Amino acid sequence: MTSTTVSPRRWKRPPLLIQDPTLRLVIYGGFAVYLVLAVASIEVNWTRIFEGLERGVRFIQGFLVPDFLTRARDIQQGIIESLTMTLTSTVAGIILSVPIGIGAARNLAPAPVHAICRSIVALSRSFQEIIVAILCVAMFGFGPLAGFITLSFATIGFLAKLLAEAIEDIDEGQAEAIRSTGAGWWQIVNYGIQPQVMPRLIGLSLYRLDINFRESAVIGIVGAGGIGATLNTAMDRYEYDTAGAVLIIIILVVMATEYASGHVRKWVQ
Amino acid sequence: MFRVENLSKRYKTGDHALKNVSFSIDAGQVVGLIGPSGAGKSTLIRCVNRLVDPTEGSVFLNGRPIARSGSELRRARRRIGMIFQDYALVERLTVMENVLSGRLGYVSFWRSFARRFPQADVEKAFALLDRVSLSQHADKRADALSGGQRQRVGIARALEQDPELLLIDEPTASLDPKTSRQIMRLIVEICRERGLPAIINIHDVALARMFVDRIIGLRAGEIVFDGTPDQLDHAALTAIYGEEDWAVIHNENAEEIETTPHVVETDHAVAGMA
Repeated sequence: MTSTTVSPRRWKRPPLLIQDPTLRLVIYGGFAVYLVLAVASIEVNWTRIFEGLERGVRFIQGFLVPDFLTRARDIQQGIIESLTMTLTSTVAGIILSVPIGIGAARNLAPAPVHAICRSIVALSRSFQEIIVAILCVAMFGFGPLAGFITLSFATIGFLAKLLAEAIEDIDEGQAEAIRSTGAGWWQIVNYGIQPQVMPRLIGLSLYRLDINFRESAVIGIVGAGGIGATLNTAMDRYEYDTAGAVLIIIILVVMATEYASGHVRKWVQ
Repeated sequence: MFRVENLSKRYKTGDHALKNVSFSIDAGQVVGLIGPSGAGKSTLIRCVNRLVDPTEGSVFLNGRPIARSGSELRRARRRIGMIFQDYALVERLTVMENVLSGRLGYVSFWRSFARRFPQADVEKAFALLDRVSLSQHADKRADALSGGQRQRVGIARALEQDPELLLIDEPTASLDPKTSRQIMRLIVEICRERGLPAIINIHDVALARMFVDRIIGLRAGEIVFDGTPDQLDHAALTAIYGEEDWAVIHNENAEEIETTPHVVETDHAVAGMA
């Protein structure tokens, strides 16, 4: 038996990342110093900020009294163009993403196919929508075609990657059971995998629909058509009340898709 | 007849899961495969239909070797029904789709994609669902069923293949004791009806003794026991699992099979020895 004079055994949580205390101090300390220097290096021009405040206030005032009517036709045309662009690019994106996503799943595709599909995904993900949009506008001219192609391309990077991850995360037991019946590759995909990833694919597609609408507003600014173009024109003309109206419409559409997709996702579970 | 010859499996991690395992099973014989966790039971039955590729050795089913790959392997797989520990039903498909998936090796992709299986397959599926008393649940989703019901769907799926051999991996590990017995009874009855040979991986030694014709004990990838349930005495259990007081298993077992007097006697004798 242990005697009562023995001091209680002490316990401290072992350090999680860096074992060596000196190294830990150097790394954390170095990071803190860098952060301070980096913040200090930002130049702040207070007079410019003061001038800009006035413009900001006008913008907010315009936002508070939005003008839907003066440019009603432009707004209507812009919103229809954006919605069309969003829907078509999402559908095209899904159609392209499904085979690429299946090919990018390590547990399904042979190594060379996996490598090719992964590189397509990586290529799509490494370019931000605006950069792709600028390129597409240069190639296909101003207008919604450039926007459609940009958004379809961006959808591949998003959807194919997440679909591949969903496929890699499936319950292998279910697919193994289908394989053990003598099913062919396509039958394994159709019976063993598709039912498991379908709800996630639908959820992600709806989420992407939402993102594509918001992106359509942004890429419109660089000339790819849609509501973004309308917004850009309004800003150029200093019509902040019309710009406010456009922003409110964008917010409403995003909220509506968000609400609808929440319901659909619950329903497909 | 089913025969395994010199089957070996070494995993890439260096684990020598199976070492030169050979045995054969006659038609209609139900074999219980017992052994500690990691003894290679699961690897062994997966090597039979090549869900796991054996490093060496071959498997023969009714005189024909099981092919290594390609469409020949798929044709061999459809002759071997498999039942899994956690049921391995496709949870979001209906009970009927799960049972019909047993025909995937026989129908074309487009037919299975459109769920237009031949009438004979559908009738067989209904008959099997009747046999496992689940026909009223045919259009329910598999994840809406209880554990015992799911395992019965798993059995129906395996039988829908018209198998010549059943591989059964821990069929009762996720079930309560009563349901476990019902499932084991159903499996054994079906094997008797059809003269089907079966290999059942099982942890519950008492349950194995109650139902199977023959027991193979596996330890560290080698067969260390092969005999009838009666022959599985203290020494055999020690050889398979290591030193332990096995009397409890014997006593429990003795109570369970009191209806067959001679078995009880031998069991008491063994228990006495222990």
